[in-house]
Amino acid sequence: MRNAQKHTSYFAFLAHRISGIALALFLPAHFLVLGLALEPDGGLDAFLKFSDQPLVKLAEWGLVALLAIHLGLGLRLLIIETTIWRGIRKNLIWLTAAFAGLAGLVFLARAF
Amino acid sequence: MNDATAYMLQRITAMIIAPLVLIHLGLIVYAIEGGLTGAEILTRTRSSLLWPALYAMFVIAISIHAPLGLRNIITEWTGHYGRWLDLSMTALALFLLAIGLRAVWTIS
Repeated sequence: MRNAQKHTSYFAFLAHRISGIALALFLPAHFLVLGLALEPDGGLDAFLKFSDQPLVKLAEWGLVALLAIHLGLGLRLLIIETTIWRGIRKNLIWLTAAFAGLAGLVFLARAF
Repeated sequence: MNDATAYMLQRITAMIIAPLVLIHLGLIVYAIEGGLTGAEILTRTRSSLLWPALYAMFVIAISIHAPLGLRNIITEWTGHYGRWLDLSMTALALFLLAIGLRAVWTIS
């Protein structure tokens, strides 16, 4: 069983799980920040101004990548679980990595 | 909640969330250019009922999906399971639903 932890699909499982945890931790902050728009003193704009810094944009890039990774690996799981078994589908793992990389690159290009 | 129900709910909410995430990712990379302002965001989201409807669906599905995922992780990695875990995850789901729908209300 130890050898299973060196397998690509084990890293796919870990990436899916860890990205899920990270997104679950981020989500309440995201909802509460959006709720700042309810405040009459421009709380949302103040936060958006703060977020216009390179380090914050880098963190946002991380979130975009995590979301793309979680989506891609989640779709892989749905495919594996709902279609006829044809192995671990390593191609789906690399497709997810490519999709996340592309999403991250496009975000960086437009954010900076 | 029994594990079979949790399993099915996790998959069903995932299928609902997947296209919404694609739309959200597309919107993020579209909107981020030139920086974000509250006015820009709200002009877009208030331009049509479609945005609040989509995001409400997003929030409801995520409020079920995320706690179920965390429930699995807590059970597998800490060995804890049972009533207290189910109650905690239900509380988390209700919390996410409340603040999420409040955010949807804000942008609509």
